[in-house]
Amino acid sequence: MSASERQGRVLRIGAGASYAGDRVEPATELAKHAQLDYLVYETLAERTIALAQLERLKNPDGGYNELLADRFYGALPYCRQQGTRIVTNMGAANPRGAAKRTVEIIRELKVGPMKVAAVLGDDVLDYCLAHRDTLKLMENGKPLSSLEGKIVSANAYLGADVMVDALARGADIVLTGRVGDCSLFLAPMIHEFGWAMDDWDIIGKGQVGADMVECGANVSGGFFADPGYKDVPDLGNLGYPYLEVASDGTIVVTKVPGTGGLINRATCTEQMIYEIHDPANYITPDVVVDFTDVTLEEVGKDRVMMKGGRGKPRPEQLKVSVGILEGWIGEAMITYAGLGCLNRAKLAEEVVRKRLQIGGVNLQELRVDYLGMNALHGDASLPRQGEPYEVCLRFAGRARERRDAIKLANEVETLVGKGPASSSIPTKNVREVLAIYSVLIPRSAIRHEVVMEVA
Amino acid sequence: MKTFYLRELAHARSGDKGDTNNVGLIAYEPHYYPLLAQQVTVERVKAHFGNIVKGAVTRYEMPRVHALNFVLEGALGGGVTRSLSIDPHGKSYSALILTLPIEVPEDIAAKLIRRGRVAIPAAKT
Repeated sequence: MSASERQGRVLRIGAGASYAGDRVEPATELAKHAQLDYLVYETLAERTIALAQLERLKNPDGGYNELLADRFYGALPYCRQQGTRIVTNMGAANPRGAAKRTVEIIRELKVGPMKVAAVLGDDVLDYCLAHRDTLKLMENGKPLSSLEGKIVSANAYLGADVMVDALARGADIVLTGRVGDCSLFLAPMIHEFGWAMDDWDIIGKGQVGADMVECGANVSGGFFADPGYKDVPDLGNLGYPYLEVASDGTIVVTKVPGTGGLINRATCTEQMIYEIHDPANYITPDVVVDFTDVTLEEVGKDRVMMKGGRGKPRPEQLKVSVGILEGWIGEAMITYAGLGCLNRAKLAEEVVRKRLQIGGVNLQELRVDYLGMNALHGDASLPRQGEPYEVCLRFAGRARERRDAIKLANEVETLVGKGPASSSIPTKNVREVLAIYSVLIPRSAIRHEVVMEVA
Repeated sequence: MKTFYLRELAHARSGDKGDTNNVGLIAYEPHYYPLLAQQVTVERVKAHFGNIVKGAVTRYEMPRVHALNFVLEGALGGGVTRSLSIDPHGKSYSALILTLPIEVPEDIAAKLIRRGRVAIPAAKT
């Protein structure tokens, strides 16, 4: 169908995932029941792609979303039936590897012919290493080269244009690495309606819709329920959302009837503000979005229409997430229960601090939490009456060297037998710190490429 | 006037970017919004969060959706990917802001109480 033929109809775009480990079944339900034109899977948090890069160093065929096969085995047969195209950043650190695996799945399921596109170009590690003395960290203004530790990845947030390119070349499935989360949803709108990518207001409206579903079920009742205040029906069978987009940028967000969850003004307002800062200037690779005149109207059960939304010219530079191995975190937890448990936990803290001193353990930072008391909000926690029946004591420390992180965890572990009385058996883990920093690079540093395979 | 936790008037969601957290605060009813705008100030939020927030607090007003957006800098223990917290994203900060005490005029207070909501006893405010 050409862009002009699309003008009169509504485009249906589903949100099948919103993080790497997201549930599989709801996307299959969407593919089966929502008569989607597009199914989008967003699976990359800030750090996911850096972790995927480490995975790929160990296994050159890996480094893409670990649930890709599960997701596609579930959804592809329905996508084939209904002519639904897929756009996803499940390619992570290896879009070509993801495409290769996807082609195998298509053949196995006998749902071909399908065109599978891998979008490359977000990996700017070489550029960043070459310019490490001049690129400034967004966190503190210092040069990238000021960071201590090993830089393992640098990925630019590409915009919708690279995916529009793949769709224009007929891709049924588009697999990318790092792209703007919302850009995944915007690309089908631009492709189908022929929106000009510098028509900032229409792109801004599209982004308002994209923002509503880029966190998946967060708009349809996920992360919302608070019994007695915000009740959500059948949260266990939570339905994932989809958009109905008109060519003028009027957008309704809804979900499949019969699924759990809810979509109303309250869920949509929470999601609209989530992770934006200045609502008049939300910066994406495609447009600077202005949310301030957006209104939300309930137009049916689990149906909310967004009106308004504007845009300003897109930024000249693109944000890059740089992954760096900075050291180690050691962590361990032990629980005390019964009368006097809090005093025993406090004594345990004293004991561990003393033994860290005796052992000369070198930590950059040590944090001690009393779970059940103040672990999430520290001194800002509401004061409470009396002692809890049980309290979980947690230590977490960051160290340059692995041995110091291990030593911290071990000093907690040995509290059994060598610390206060009557505790649980501690749990511990030691993990490498993969920290993410951000820099801005010029668009001219990006050379994107679409590699097409036919299955 | 009676005092209620903010939870009785508004709901919230919080999220992360680097070492910055934002808390969206949304009035349950449009006519609660002026109470939020007057009383949930930058100064009070900064004081309420205490040493969780090391940097600046900025407030953005979104009257069309009866909401305020608070941007808390230096609030995630050095950044999501380096933090030692069990809540490195600050996703639970939405619950913290709702523990702020708010002075509520008698007409709204009466409606809240009829709905089974409980005011904070005077000694604790």
